[in-house]
Amino acid sequence: MKGRFVRLAEQGRPTVKLTVDGTPIEALQGDTLMVALLTQGSALRQSEFDSGRRAGFCLMGACQDCWVWTRSGERLRACSNEVRDGLDIVTTQPEAIWPLHG
Amino acid sequence: MTLQKADVVIVGGGLMGSATAFFLRQRGQSVILLERDQIGQYASGVNFGNVRRQGRFLGQLELANRSWALWKRLPELIDDDLEFIASGHMRVCYREDEIAELEAYAAAPEAEQLDLKIYRGAELHQRFPFLGPDVKGGSYAPHDGHANPRLAAPAFARAARRLGARIEEQTEVAEVQKVGGEFTVTTTDGRQFSAEQLLITAGAWGQKLSAQFGEPVPLDTHGPQMAVTEPVPYALPTVIGVYTKIPEEVIYFRQIPRGNIVIGGGYRSKPDMLNRRAQVEPRSILNQIQQMRRLLPGVGNLNIIRVWSGIEGYMPDSLPVMGRSGTVDGLFYAFGFCGHGFQLGPGVGDVMAELISTGSTRTSIEPFSIRRFALSAEQRSKAS
Amino acid sequence: MATARLSTHRVVIVGAGPAGIRCAETLLAAGCKPILIDENRRDGGQIYRRQPEGFTRDYTTLYGTEAAKAKDLHQSFDRLRGLIDYRPDTLVWNLTPGQLCCVSQGKHSTVDYDALILCTGATDRLMPIEGWQLAGTYSLGGAQIALKSQAVSIGHRVVFMGSGPLLYLVASQYLKAGANVAAVLDTSPLGKRIGALPKLLARPGVLFTGMKLLAQLYRAKIPVHLGISPLQVLGDAQRGVSGVRVRTAEGKTLTVECDAVALGYHLRPETQLADLAGCRLRFDEASSQWWLATDEEGRTSVNGVYAAGDGSKIRGADAAEHAGRLVAMALLEDLHQPVDAGLRDEQRRALALMDQFRLGLAQAFPWPAEQAKALPDSAIVCRCEMISAGELRRTVSEKGACEVNRAKAFSRVGMGRCQGRYCSQAGAEVIAAAAGVNVQLVGRQRGQAPVKPLSMLTEEVSP
Repeated sequence: MKGRFVRLAEQGRPTVKLTVDGTPIEALQGDTLMVALLTQGSALRQSEFDSGRRAGFCLMGACQDCWVWTRSGERLRACSNEVRDGLDIVTTQPEAIWPLHG
Repeated sequence: MTLQKADVVIVGGGLMGSATAFFLRQRGQSVILLERDQIGQYASGVNFGNVRRQGRFLGQLELANRSWALWKRLPELIDDDLEFIASGHMRVCYREDEIAELEAYAAAPEAEQLDLKIYRGAELHQRFPFLGPDVKGGSYAPHDGHANPRLAAPAFARAARRLGARIEEQTEVAEVQKVGGEFTVTTTDGRQFSAEQLLITAGAWGQKLSAQFGEPVPLDTHGPQMAVTEPVPYALPTVIGVYTKIPEEVIYFRQIPRGNIVIGGGYRSKPDMLNRRAQVEPRSILNQIQQMRRLLPGVGNLNIIRVWSGIEGYMPDSLPVMGRSGTVDGLFYAFGFCGHGFQLGPGVGDVMAELISTGSTRTSIEPFSIRRFALSAEQRSKAS
Repeated sequence: MATARLSTHRVVIVGAGPAGIRCAETLLAAGCKPILIDENRRDGGQIYRRQPEGFTRDYTTLYGTEAAKAKDLHQSFDRLRGLIDYRPDTLVWNLTPGQLCCVSQGKHSTVDYDALILCTGATDRLMPIEGWQLAGTYSLGGAQIALKSQAVSIGHRVVFMGSGPLLYLVASQYLKAGANVAAVLDTSPLGKRIGALPKLLARPGVLFTGMKLLAQLYRAKIPVHLGISPLQVLGDAQRGVSGVRVRTAEGKTLTVECDAVALGYHLRPETQLADLAGCRLRFDEASSQWWLATDEEGRTSVNGVYAAGDGSKIRGADAAEHAGRLVAMALLEDLHQPVDAGLRDEQRRALALMDQFRLGLAQAFPWPAEQAKALPDSAIVCRCEMISAGELRRTVSEKGACEVNRAKAFSRVGMGRCQGRYCSQAGAEVIAAAAGVNVQLVGRQRGQAPVKPLSMLTEEVSP
């Protein structure tokens, strides 16, 4: 499967360009990050405690399953954030990058 | 009604009481432990989980060293490692002049076993690159570490039970009397327990019982402020704490292998002693967030997912009450560990068991004697 | 107590769903200007969630038989939003007596209150099933939000499983919207529904609508199975869900291929803020879960704290509107303000019928407590922390943990990001079964701050 979610209506909306795991994708204005990612792919993140991929659960900001990362390390809950042009999302947790000082 | 007898009755089922029960059984003493709620429910179960020797009152290090030797042997002793990891502990400071204070501590003869190493400047940031630029220096204790406080007292209690100790939860003490050579403890549900020796390990409630025997102590209660983040890749094995004279800056964190970062310190709250609950104040959380961003700049990208508090007993001199009663034969105390009792737990249990069953202990605990409060109380009453 | 002046009494409502909106409306009409705080960017709550701006579907497409109610609610809110102090996109993450801690756009601030009205709504109520952690498993409510709010189906081929009116509602909404509905699998047998008919007749219109939904599904030849026992969500770690396996009422094993499962057993109330405020909860026998203890009109056990809607008692959206009006009037009465007795009686009468109805729902679509006992040891109970039923059971048998918070401390069930919203109740059933005690005795997970994860980038805004 390419995308998990299937668009049923409302497809005549302006497009929004963002990047997911380095690949440019197009979403529609008003899409949540979750919908943008899952209409093109099958998962949002890796489960911490097993090999499973996760793709959200409640869509209402309660389950906290759908948190994604931006490349710069910001945390975004995919179901409650709308897409914006230029977002750079990664679906595997970046290594804890602790700043170096010298 | 039947009277249950044993060599020792212990009142208070936190880590101190449970560990003592275990070690007493190892020495062949019969034990009954009475706990009002659940084993390890209060200070023992909610603290930060620091298994730390450095930074203690120098006169406490002998006890801490004895305890540390037991931490290493926990799997063999109680069939549970309590998730103890000797991953190292670092006390850092934000001011150059504080490094000298860390050095002075490291140079003290009592601290020799800790193998402390002082870091500063470039060397510090090279070895601990995750620390913020404000950190000027630190004292590293390679053998210290951390463990899971929620597991500790219950694990000791189970081990004590396996050795034949009698552990009674949901059992509240109504009255304690000493008649002749025996203590009789009556519980609110009407049961009675007696022994020639009584140990009070009732934590923040210890002073209620010591006062009954004519030995009140100025115990104050506080709720530790704990927070935990979501799990992130395990990258920070060292427990980090801030050494400072500014109270809000005193925070500490540890990352567990599962990835969550546990954070404590900064403020303390006032527990509700009536309902036996304590809250985490919003200002604590906000302060910890701010302090953590200074100490560990990368942490800003994380979410705090839970906070908790509990009830701890504190003495004004930041030392516990431990040892024989000053007034009553056969009465012993180990309570009021001022939020730093977790590492001492196994050692306290071992020392109290030795003291109670043999009459003395090879480890110095004189600085913790309850008699130190009798003297000042006397002085106060003379003055008024 | 001195009469509080309405204009200086700081009233704060949390939640802009049906309860919160009707509460605000009623207070406004009485001359009070409340603060209305809502976590979402838009009003409406969950069932009447508004689609984003720029979406074109009409109310009937979105809300079906509830279209008129939805429109009325939204229009009511549009009329009052400029007249109250409305703060969307704001999460109340903690509180102390008389003061809320709020975070919005990464900034923390406090809001003082004299009266707090909690209209925090509900989430789906879940019973785990082996494999439910696989990607492609969603709550029924989540499946509905995907459609209503984003015009997407959660999968190419969707199985709806669980029990309750939402099961049929969402499945038929998906059908109407052109999604591929593979099956509807209801754990409740027909007999339960028939037994509950007398109570369900308290609201004949709703009952009829429910039956119409079922008829729609049958007409479209969607397989509908009643009285099933869920066995497993099938699939693998990488691709997620590939099917669902259940045991039918006749004892046969049925496997349905799908790439998405929408799972749910009615609702559970969001009581965390009430818990933090010290409000008492009580165990509701009929639905076998903990609700807020309030009087008939919404006063909690804490002076100055009120509650209405599904965040207090699960009675549905219609009841939430009535309860919202009623709680506003309770507050006005407590402030010695005049109250429209006729309006109040109307709400009370409506709610009495809804109380009857919801008892019927609980009877017709019972919470499947027995499934907890039947969970294989390998089934995951806590999705956040990946803790299995077996691990949870071992804390009972090996460590004597017969209470939810104790078991959580030992097993980690409920320690994850969701704070036990989706695992704690089922966890309680697992513990109760393992300990051989009534689930009420096992207790409930204590609410803690932050109510939802709080970013460590949060900054304080100076007052």
